[in-house]
Amino acid sequence: MTVAIVFLLITVGSVVFHFWSPWWWPEVASNWGGMDDTIILTFWITGFVFVVICLFISYCVWKFGYRKDRRAEYKPEDNKLEKRLTWITTLGVAALLAPGLVVWNNYVTVPENAYKVEVFAYQWGWKYRLPGNDGVLGKTDIKYINDENPFGLILEDPNGKDDRLVDGDELHLLLDRTVKFELRTIDVLHNFYVPQFRGKMDMVPGIITYYWIIPTKTGDFEVLCAEYCGSGHYAMRGRVIVDKEQDYKKWEAKQITFEKMLAQNKKNKNLQLAKNNK
Amino acid sequence: MSDEYEHKLEAKSDHVSDVSSVGAADIDAIPQAEIPDQELYHSHSWWTTYVFSQDAKYIGIQYALTAIGTGLLGLVLSWIMRIQLAFPGLGWLEPAAYYQFVTMHGMIMVIYLLTALFLGGFGNLLIPLMCGSRDMAFPYVNMLSYWAFVVAVLVLLASFFVPGGPTGAGWTLYPPQAITAGTPGSNMGIVLMLVSLILFVAGFTMGGLNYIITVLQLRARGMTLMRMPLTVWGIFTATVLALLAFPALLVGCLMMTLDSMLGTSFFMPAMISMGEKLSYDGGSPILFQHLFWFFGHPEVYIVALPAFGIVSDLLSVHARKNIFGYRMMVWAIVGIGALSFFVWAHHMYVSGMNPWFGFFFATTTLIIAVPTAIKVYNWIITLWRGNIQLTLPMLFSLAFIVTFLNGGLTGLFLGNVTVDVPLSDTYFVVAHFHMVMGIAPILVVFGAIYHWYPLITGRLLNETLGKIHFWITFVGSYAIYFPMHYQGFVGVPRRYFEIYDSPYIETSTLLLNQFITIAALIVGAAQLIFLYNIIASARLGKKSEKNPWKANSLEWQTPQMPPEHGNWGKETPKVYRWAYDFSVPGAKEDYIPQNVPPSETTGAKVEKT
Repeated sequence: MTVAIVFLLITVGSVVFHFWSPWWWPEVASNWGGMDDTIILTFWITGFVFVVICLFISYCVWKFGYRKDRRAEYKPEDNKLEKRLTWITTLGVAALLAPGLVVWNNYVTVPENAYKVEVFAYQWGWKYRLPGNDGVLGKTDIKYINDENPFGLILEDPNGKDDRLVDGDELHLLLDRTVKFELRTIDVLHNFYVPQFRGKMDMVPGIITYYWIIPTKTGDFEVLCAEYCGSGHYAMRGRVIVDKEQDYKKWEAKQITFEKMLAQNKKNKNLQLAKNNK
Repeated sequence: MSDEYEHKLEAKSDHVSDVSSVGAADIDAIPQAEIPDQELYHSHSWWTTYVFSQDAKYIGIQYALTAIGTGLLGLVLSWIMRIQLAFPGLGWLEPAAYYQFVTMHGMIMVIYLLTALFLGGFGNLLIPLMCGSRDMAFPYVNMLSYWAFVVAVLVLLASFFVPGGPTGAGWTLYPPQAITAGTPGSNMGIVLMLVSLILFVAGFTMGGLNYIITVLQLRARGMTLMRMPLTVWGIFTATVLALLAFPALLVGCLMMTLDSMLGTSFFMPAMISMGEKLSYDGGSPILFQHLFWFFGHPEVYIVALPAFGIVSDLLSVHARKNIFGYRMMVWAIVGIGALSFFVWAHHMYVSGMNPWFGFFFATTTLIIAVPTAIKVYNWIITLWRGNIQLTLPMLFSLAFIVTFLNGGLTGLFLGNVTVDVPLSDTYFVVAHFHMVMGIAPILVVFGAIYHWYPLITGRLLNETLGKIHFWITFVGSYAIYFPMHYQGFVGVPRRYFEIYDSPYIETSTLLLNQFITIAALIVGAAQLIFLYNIIASARLGKKSEKNPWKANSLEWQTPQMPPEHGNWGKETPKVYRWAYDFSVPGAKEDYIPQNVPPSETTGAKVEKT
């Protein structure tokens, strides 16, 4: 009896906790509300199964407790019942899977007009690169990375000249503009994760990975690294700020282009040389 | 279900109308033995009996004790981590140490505790006894298997004492960070970890071949495969999985050792570590992840299938009812085992592999839910119209169903590729896998120990202490892991040394962390009660009668209890039925052991399958 009641309480308690929990996801700030919907759907289906089975267990424990004078039923198999249960489960699983695959299909199909932003990760911080007016990110190679070319842009590639380099952990995005994050790391695995955007993808040295979002809310969001990357993993944070057009333009204009940076480097170098010669 | 009996009756009924006139010798007939009785090694000294033992029962106990001892270290490590998470202000742990403890906790619990305990411990103890054989097929190799495991554990422990400490790469050991600066223990720690795993795999292979060949070759006469207890089916299938999956881990470990020590580039692309260009070039980090999870996912079932098998037997015995749908249960075990090799990349949805793989692996993953669900249905239908004895093994089995159900259902979240995107690498994952492959199998382990303790020691464990242990463990661990899922929804990432309240966290998670930590400390401390019970009851426990639970399977039918060397005295048993003839209508008792011949139960209406 007590056992049945405790099992019942655990079931009820789980449901109550679910509905009353103050811990829930922050409001979505991108186009991936579909992911939340899939979770909610999954909750209803699996929650139903959980409650039914737990109640069944409680009932059995209460109803079929041991009595010396009684014998259990002897019925090794019931093909009909087993078949029915198999089909019901298959249907339930299909109901979960189908909408999930639709959303996934969207997630992995990047719209062609997406604005490309490079997210550059290292132990332990973030940098960003925006395409210039040509809308194309210049090619890079890890072997070109040095103090004067921190992103390792290939000098011969003309597309890279007007790329804007953001040498800090703060990225601004334009509200409602589709953006494709091209994810690049120069050392170990990282993962560019903003909880409100829902999207996630590991960054792998040697390849460029990607995912896309449409920011749907202005605001200041925290970036977290979501793939373990060594002792500083927990401190690898950054910021994404979603702006309306005016603010965004202001910020964008402040970011230095690669060409300008090279020129500056040269100037500094000449200055240094001149100083040395003196 | 005893098909021989029915079969003979049918055959005879043409000629003889009176059932009772069928000769006992005739209806009890069983095929002749095909191979002579196994020759056994007989120990002559204390050393060869208790230390370098070749008796599977002793090896099983040795495996279990070593595994539990290592597991206690894993438990203490988890306490330290939890205290850091709940009370970051104490500042008693460096990030490096935190990550080292996370890594060692994970690896110890998955490999050195659960795998070793289920296969090495329960496998050795139960396979020969339940199959009615005298010992494992190759006792000497079996002994080597245990000692290789001991060396693997020692190498693992040694890594705590080398410069740089043990590896802090996370239990998944992903390169490049596992072997580059920036990760604790990236020099000697990781190499010792890899060597220890290699030794473990070598040791396991020796044991695993033994389990498989014993099941296939040394079963008692009449013990057909479809009469084996589900415990044996679970351990047998898990062993097959392990023999196919561990090689992937082995080559992964070997390749990473080479990358680390000889500078090869299997997993290492060109990279700049801490401002310095490394000499690696052209390797693929994702290749390691494929190898790791090709092992890692079957590994989940290597732990789960023995638990499935054992819990089926516990439920059946203590509900005094046959396991419902035995054949379906066997095929579900085999089916899950086979499917488990086609789902590995669901751990890698957001790893940067080709995202189109997501469709395939989400589908296979959700397909595997079907046989798993069938197992859950059959467990609970076994309770229906049973005669449920709320003994400790039964309580732990019931708790297993609830926790496994919970963890299995959250698996449907993570397996469904879209839902995995926001939840992966958050505390939702941590909660899910602890529930499904931490707590659930451990509850089965406890149930199994309470169940088979009399077989090992001849004494019963203390019931009151057991009940206290049960309620704290079950309710406590549920209180730890159920709310933890909600931290995952908030978006709190796993493997964070500190989770201070970020702007996106609307309700502070610190309070929840403190609650979880206190629950974890209490549940951990309750295990001391269990340890005391185990140790004290070996001397002081109530003496158990033979077959105290009135079970049908062969391990309880040995001439002596605890069984002696060679298990069966002069003659090995003959088997006439499956292990689940409980509450058969017309039978004198509510159970008919597997070795009771049909001539002794003529009134019983056993069903043929």
